[in-house]
Amino acid sequence: MDNFVFSSSCPLPIQRYSHITLAHGGGGTLMRSLIDSVILPAFGDKNLDQLHDSAVMQFPQGRLAFTTDSYVVHPLFFPGGDIGSLAVHGTVNDLAMSGAQPLWLSVGFILEEGLPLETLQRIVHSMRRAADQTGTAIVTGDTKVVDKGKGDGVFINTAGIGVIEHALEINPQQVKVGDAVLINGDIGRHGIAVMAAREGLEFESGIKSDSAPLADLVMALIAGGVEIHCLRDLTRGGLASALNEIAHASQTMIAIDERAIPVCDNVKGACEMLGFDPLYVANEGRFAAFVAPKDKEKAFSILSSHPLGAGASIIGEVKTGAPAVVMKSQLGAMRIVDLLSGEQLPRIC
Amino acid sequence: MKFVDEYRDPAAARHFVRAIKSTLTRPRSIMEICGGQTHAIVKFGLDQLLPSSLTLVHGPGCPVCVTPVEMINKAIEIALQPDAILCSFGDMLRVPGSQRDLFSVKAQGGDARIVYSPLDALKIARANPNKQVVFFAVGFETTAPNNAMAVYQAKRENLENFSLLVAHVCVPPAMEAILSSLDNQVEGFLAAGHVCAVMGYREYEPIAQKYHTPIVVTGFEPLDILQGIALCIKQLEEGRAEVENPYVRAVRPDGNLAAKKILAQVFCPGPRVWRGIGEIPDSGLHLTEEYSFFDAEMRFGLAEALRANAASECISGSILRGIKKPHECPAFGVRCTPEQPLGAPMVSNEGACAAYYRYRRHATKGN
Repeated sequence: MDNFVFSSSCPLPIQRYSHITLAHGGGGTLMRSLIDSVILPAFGDKNLDQLHDSAVMQFPQGRLAFTTDSYVVHPLFFPGGDIGSLAVHGTVNDLAMSGAQPLWLSVGFILEEGLPLETLQRIVHSMRRAADQTGTAIVTGDTKVVDKGKGDGVFINTAGIGVIEHALEINPQQVKVGDAVLINGDIGRHGIAVMAAREGLEFESGIKSDSAPLADLVMALIAGGVEIHCLRDLTRGGLASALNEIAHASQTMIAIDERAIPVCDNVKGACEMLGFDPLYVANEGRFAAFVAPKDKEKAFSILSSHPLGAGASIIGEVKTGAPAVVMKSQLGAMRIVDLLSGEQLPRIC
Repeated sequence: MKFVDEYRDPAAARHFVRAIKSTLTRPRSIMEICGGQTHAIVKFGLDQLLPSSLTLVHGPGCPVCVTPVEMINKAIEIALQPDAILCSFGDMLRVPGSQRDLFSVKAQGGDARIVYSPLDALKIARANPNKQVVFFAVGFETTAPNNAMAVYQAKRENLENFSLLVAHVCVPPAMEAILSSLDNQVEGFLAAGHVCAVMGYREYEPIAQKYHTPIVVTGFEPLDILQGIALCIKQLEEGRAEVENPYVRAVRPDGNLAAKKILAQVFCPGPRVWRGIGEIPDSGLHLTEEYSFFDAEMRFGLAEALRANAASECISGSILRGIKKPHECPAFGVRCTPEQPLGAPMVSNEGACAAYYRYRRHATKGN
């Protein structure tokens, strides 16, 4: 004891841990060390660096859009993306769907005890890259650690604030009979890519998620003067669920044409094999736009000239009738495209 | 997409529709045996293209629909055991047992897992030597060979913690049961192409002759189905009753010999109760004595059927025998929905009620 020298520094520096421990969420030096060595260097924002209880920002002129979403994807890394970039894209896209330019994000991590630090590092750097790509800053955050077995590696919540700098009202109530319905590309890739990764299904040609930030594309439509009535990203539940929600919210009938809905062959093949309908499979980089009929071609042209809209298509229009989505099949017959009662489940045979 | 798009070609579909219209001289009823065909018919709107005097009757070919409540109850019993893992294809988890479904059991802590193949269940068994892993072996002759292979493999590996809860059913005895019933309305059959891909179609020939009923082996794409209907109508109009196989890209007369061999080694025919229909002799597959060690019912002491309270309002029996259409059920879409199903045909991906609910609920007229 005579040689004991008191030190205020952490006796077990974070470098000695290769995995998240409960102590990393304890609010002590180890947690501070995790934030200092992993999270701050990745996000590096002046607001975040202050580690204040809340970020204080100068707000520009315009209306405010505010959203939040949580991400529980498994596996954490999948072809075409990971939970980190997804958590940024998802919230940025939610803001974009109200016509907002995304500005700031918050991030909440719920880490499971035992998570490799290297995994967390990959995730936060992926988030940073995605945020840079979208021109957003991660300005505030939170980290908690839960017991092993009580999480799925990492859960992420992101909230976002954006500014609406134009006069358009973009929401389902603005949808009008005659509106054209467009999508910015082929559907179903994200859901199939994640499921293939999760279940170890191997398809001959790898299917990559379409996870992408859509704000730039939406801003291009707005800048181009397109009279947008409604936007909706085609996430969980896919195109079919998104259109149903809008049909019911706007009390209109949405008529789509199966032949106009792009589905890449890989996804089509995987869906055939599993008994899935690509209309219901999740996307993370696709959205539907409801635009005034006069701007249909203009919107198509703007979408098509953007890398994230290269596969754009005019898939249908809004009609009078009972709130529903109807689809003309490729054989010319009409059918209902309804909401599913739950997730699609792989069939027996 | 190769091997899909060419079987959904609108011009070719119109050709078959014209052929059917020009051949049909009076009202006819044809049963598509498989629920996959039912879904294709309703999803692609094939019945809308066909003459109204042709009635397409939906058959019992949905493995989820015909699995009796008692078997669901047994699966639930197993999933509730603390040292057991029940593995199943996804669509069985939503089917209600007498009290609850497997999803509810899973939410309450029971270990019920969705797998994509019985071989995945084998992997789970290898990885969990202290747990009894049971695969819910549901389905027709299509899925049975895979399940037979899983048991065969388990025996080779001396895997003592793996077993099958067997609920397999076979198509030909059900066809005979339908044709011999007093209220039968079926004049011709579209046989299930994937069943025939395994079993061939020779066993259908005595049925076609005995009941003077044409049977056409049919796939699942729109053109397959339209072609099957066209050939069936042609036979009826000409007074013939033969087995025809236009589905030559998948089906050979004797089927898949390797699959039949493993089936014969692991399973033997026996009586089986069909939901809504009742017991049909020799319509089920049961583990042979050599493989009885892998029978989950024996292993868990579930051989005695758990009593089931059938939902009194559900007319699934009439629907599965082709006597009634889903929308003729007073509960359809009102008290029976996919969220709160009264019977299995509203649950399954291949159930006739689910197909009508999903694609036709708002329609005033269904075929």
